Amino acid sequence: MIAAAAFWIFAVLAVFSGFMVIAAKNPVHSVLFLISAFISAAGLFVLMGAEYLAMVLVVVYVGAVAVLFLFVVMMLDVDFVEMKQGFLQYMPYGLMIAGLIVVELMMVVGVWAFPADAELARAHPSPTAAQTVADPNGPTNIEALGLILYTDYVHYFQIAGMVLLVAMIGAIILTFRTREGIKKQDAAKQIGRKREEGYELVDIKPGQGLS
Amino acid sequence: MEEIWTNLISRPTDLGWGWWLASTAAGALAILVTLLLAQAFLMYFDRKVWAAVQMRKGPNVVGPFGLLQSFADLLKFVFKEIMIPAGANKVVFVLAPVITFVLALVGWAVIPVGPGLVGADINVGILYLFAISSLGVYGVIMGGWASNSKYPFLGSLRSAAQMVSYEVSIGFVIITVLLLVGSLNLSEIVEAQGRGGGGFWNWNFIPLLPMFVVFFISALAETNRPPFDLPEAESELVAGYQVEYSSTLFLLFMIGELANIVLMCAMMTVLFFGGWHSPIPLDFLNAGPMPVLWFILKVVFFFFLFAMVKALVPRYRYDQLMRIGWKIFLPLSLVWVVLVAGVLIMFPGAVDYLQSWRS
Repeated sequence: MIAAAAFWIFAVLAVFSGFMVIAAKNPVHSVLFLISAFISAAGLFVLMGAEYLAMVLVVVYVGAVAVLFLFVVMMLDVDFVEMKQGFLQYMPYGLMIAGLIVVELMMVVGVWAFPADAELARAHPSPTAAQTVADPNGPTNIEALGLILYTDYVHYFQIAGMVLLVAMIGAIILTFRTREGIKKQDAAKQIGRKREEGYELVDIKPGQGLS
Repeated sequence: MEEIWTNLISRPTDLGWGWWLASTAAGALAILVTLLLAQAFLMYFDRKVWAAVQMRKGPNVVGPFGLLQSFADLLKFVFKEIMIPAGANKVVFVLAPVITFVLALVGWAVIPVGPGLVGADINVGILYLFAISSLGVYGVIMGGWASNSKYPFLGSLRSAAQMVSYEVSIGFVIITVLLLVGSLNLSEIVEAQGRGGGGFWNWNFIPLLPMFVVFFISALAETNRPPFDLPEAESELVAGYQVEYSSTLFLLFMIGELANIVLMCAMMTVLFFGGWHSPIPLDFLNAGPMPVLWFILKVVFFFFLFAMVKALVPRYRYDQLMRIGWKIFLPLSLVWVVLVAGVLIMFPGAVDYLQSWRS
């Protein structure tokens, strides 16, 4: 009863938020609806028993990625009048591409052969999510994920990590520039300074002053 | 007390979902009321500590020793008029403090106050807490943007960058604790620190002392506390993202921030200082209501540290803040994660001892 109610609330909220992301006029509102969609999806994950995935979704997407989205969108100066210009002119092309993608997706899904549960179990003899939820003494969510991710899929995991690392370094290299002639603060040098280097004791004779 | 609690949180699903809903709501309400009442006095305690450091008397007029000062402030805030700036985005403007307030309180659902005394004993408790604390930035950033004013906007931008930066090192610190304990469940993390009969020498802060320091300082930055209160630096930004807020909305921001600080103190207690365990493993120190008392005592101690930091340390410059976060804490915590993992692989005996709570 409660699970069903929660499912309907999260599902409706996810779809509604997803629609509002593209329908909202204000881009900041769009990002806020996107966050709402993420959180609804996390709720759906929890209902499916994938609590670890739900939390990671919230931490990574809502806690970090969406914050940066919001950050950028807030700083951009979006001119709505300019954006609306030429809407009718581009609409036929947009509709054409949309129709093409719909047809392609239908073709892909139409011939998709889903493996039966028995076949899946034979291919991957580790516990599936449903078993994990059913058996409270079995491995927890994160353990089950680790058991399969670091054994069967360890190479894919490593490759994905390397791709991300390369992407990160590439982004830094693209935006990094060394500038000459600017003064920089060297914290280690400041902290490492000795008292003797900073001052000098001078014995001044009365009536003479410093020469 | 324990009977009442078990009554509250035992889910009588066989009596129908209405009963389940009622009992869960009652449990949540019990946590909330206790927490908000405790916060009123923590606020008073906070102000008394600063006053003592600055050799003032602090609040001493309302009630005996000024104990009721927080309630007087509360009434003052509630009875003022809510001002919404003409150019503000009204919905987001009102939503922002509510989000801060609610997020600060929902984190308490998974904090184990004593053995079995926890609102929801979920398997990914620590990740849930991490997620909640990373959501906290939205209240600030939405409030600053919706105010449609320069100072609040600058404050919210600062806050967004600051909180995202320090979350990274907090995440790595949490991972080191997870490696030692081998569980994400907060009750089990506390239970693990009572291994071998208990005692403070089993608490996580000893093998992870540098990580505890990193966590403490990151917690200061994450909750926008001095010396990292740059989003509301009054010498530069008037009051940062709170400039346009007044009355109850401002009160919600204030209570939310305080609740976040107390939540961080509770996290430190649970992760590093043995939760409800007494420092010396004697039977009478762990009997009856003593575990809850120990937990409260530890939380208040960390809150005292937060107050002392505010009283003693001058504010950081923004580039210095970023430098500490990215150039010192991030590499340090990353190295420590590798180090802890390496040690655990190298010495299987250590794993056997550290995770002996499992049997």
